[in-house]
Amino acid sequence: MPTLSEADSKELLATFGVPFPAERVVSTADDAVEAAGDIGFPVVVKLGGDGIAHKTERGLVRLGLGSADQVHAAATALLAAATADDGEVHLLVAPMLRATRELIAGLHDDDQFGMTVMLGVGGVLAEAVADVSFRLVPITPVDAEEMIDDLALQALLGPFRGEPAVDRTAVADVLLGLSDAAAGRHDIVSADLNPLLIVDGRPVAVDALVEVRS
Amino acid sequence: MSATPDGPALARPGIAADRFRALFEPRGVLVAGASTHPGKFGFVSLHNILACGYEGKVFATNRDGAEVLGIQTVADIDDLPDGEIDLVFVCTPAAANPDLLRACAKNGITAAFIASAGYGEAGEAGLAAQADLVALADELGILLAGPNGQGVVSPPARLCAQIVGPFPPAGHIGIASQSGNFVSSFENYAQLTGVGVSRAVSAGNAAAVTVPDYLEYYADDPQTRVALAYVESVGDGRTFVERLRGVAERKPVVIVKGGATAGGQRAAASHTGALASDDRVFDGAVRQSGVSRARTVEEGFEVAATFASQPLPAGNRVVVVTTVGGWGVAAADAIAGTDLELAVLPDDLMASIDGLLPPRWSRNNPVDMAGGETRDTVPEIMRLAASHPAVDAVIFLGMGIQSNQAKLMREGPFYPDHGLERIVAFHERQDARYAEAAAEVSDATGKPVLVATELAATSPDNPGPAAVRASGRLCYPSADRAVVALDHLWRRSRWLSRRGLT
Repeated sequence: MPTLSEADSKELLATFGVPFPAERVVSTADDAVEAAGDIGFPVVVKLGGDGIAHKTERGLVRLGLGSADQVHAAATALLAAATADDGEVHLLVAPMLRATRELIAGLHDDDQFGMTVMLGVGGVLAEAVADVSFRLVPITPVDAEEMIDDLALQALLGPFRGEPAVDRTAVADVLLGLSDAAAGRHDIVSADLNPLLIVDGRPVAVDALVEVRS
Repeated sequence: MSATPDGPALARPGIAADRFRALFEPRGVLVAGASTHPGKFGFVSLHNILACGYEGKVFATNRDGAEVLGIQTVADIDDLPDGEIDLVFVCTPAAANPDLLRACAKNGITAAFIASAGYGEAGEAGLAAQADLVALADELGILLAGPNGQGVVSPPARLCAQIVGPFPPAGHIGIASQSGNFVSSFENYAQLTGVGVSRAVSAGNAAAVTVPDYLEYYADDPQTRVALAYVESVGDGRTFVERLRGVAERKPVVIVKGGATAGGQRAAASHTGALASDDRVFDGAVRQSGVSRARTVEEGFEVAATFASQPLPAGNRVVVVTTVGGWGVAAADAIAGTDLELAVLPDDLMASIDGLLPPRWSRNNPVDMAGGETRDTVPEIMRLAASHPAVDAVIFLGMGIQSNQAKLMREGPFYPDHGLERIVAFHERQDARYAEAAAEVSDATGKPVLVATELAATSPDNPGPAAVRASGRLCYPSADRAVVALDHLWRRSRWLSRRGLT
């Protein structure tokens, strides 16, 4: 199944109310520097394209770029790292968000149950911790709240290391947005919001990957 | 008898409730393939129907027309009176069954339980025979249960049409299972605890009637208060949970899922897909549908028995009343692992309890009476706690201890002298009173009052557990298991109220 680029994935899910940081798609290192200036340093620069699904594994994400020079150098290196298989590529310039808490959310088309929506505790240990909750699409606001209640690590959702408690309504809205996307776009096979960062108590998806039926 | 995937059957429309009457409340029963050999299903099923007191007419067929257990069998169904039989229990070989069903339909029979094997569990040819049998039953208007099933039990009709024991007491738990031996397990628990069964059926291969069909009937059945199911395969999962949700909106549904760990995580392009193990998706789907999922067979029975015998709590605030400190601590620990909460004792309740107990009582929840109770203290404290608007449920612990001592005295060499007769009678009367008071307080307040002691398992004849049994309620074998059951009740109550279904 083909995947949409990160930028297209975000554009699709944003129309269903999933919150993303303000970011820009550009094609040259000079434009990346200009975009970074507009967004404000530090920034993240990623190489994007329909053929690129696993950026982190390929080293195509450059974090915490604090100056125009750093952005220019990173953007130049990323463009040079593109391979022929990647097809048309672009640069994604986004604000560098800091968060101590990460969730993961997504859509999965289950063999037995059809389209499902998921919420879980995110981060690099997400699959090992496997603190997740699934529901069948479509979900109601009550279902969404109960998914949040299902998570075992409730302590993560309260006030945490000087940060406010997680805005549970905002997290529920992300789940409802995913459910709406699945109900409204039958070509969606899967979606990942990974990570879904908690910034000042509110969820922001800094990466998105949508898989569609060809 | 294990499950086979019930894919095609799930696509069938639901079955009208009145068609199940022939299966669960038949006017007469025919055993097809009755045997003179006491080891054969055709003997055992007839034996069980006769021995358990079924009050309708009983007929049987046998190839040679032999007499079996005092029943004069016939070789040909055409020799039986028309219109007196609703249910046929089929033990004949698969190859004989199409003609048998035709003869049954002609006689006016409208339900068949097929115990015979040799169908979907037996390869390609068996699958084909099964499909043909379903098509024939549809054409003849016969409700087809099984094949390859253990039987059907309906205690309100005193019907025990199954090939194994036991025959459980009558009650309000409706059971459907993809595994025959778990029907027996649930029935055994019903017999042990006295919390009885309305209907129980082993779905066998579930060729025509599936577990959701039975559960939908239980939703309509006035004898059934709670549906209890054991499943391994769910076919089209979405249809399965949608149908269970329809039942759960009307009555509690308790499900035990076998093979929960069978479907592991799968290789997937997405992280979400990698996290979507079969069991996690199933678990979320049943939570969403208001189905109470039990982790084990005994938990499944205990939760169903609790739904059948206790009112739903309106909230999650629990008072634990105990005659022994340690069990109170264990109950508090168990509550901490659930969605229940230990109620904060309101000042007025505290003051009322102060008036009944010496000052050494815990002055906290759990209410540990610390041996300060006299004749009427326990019933009175249960009543005070359950009546208080800040309390949603009560768990009482420490019953039966004095009767356990009384048993030693009664069976010892000094009884009945030295005042033993009087003290033994007092202790036994007190424990029975506690159990009766728990039921009375629950009825009067409309709140759950659960009683737990390991004596329910270790010494079921102890007057405490025995009196709980006589009250029609479950005596939980530990505080932890009472807490787990109460947590299921609370979560259902919350599921209903959040969706405006109360």
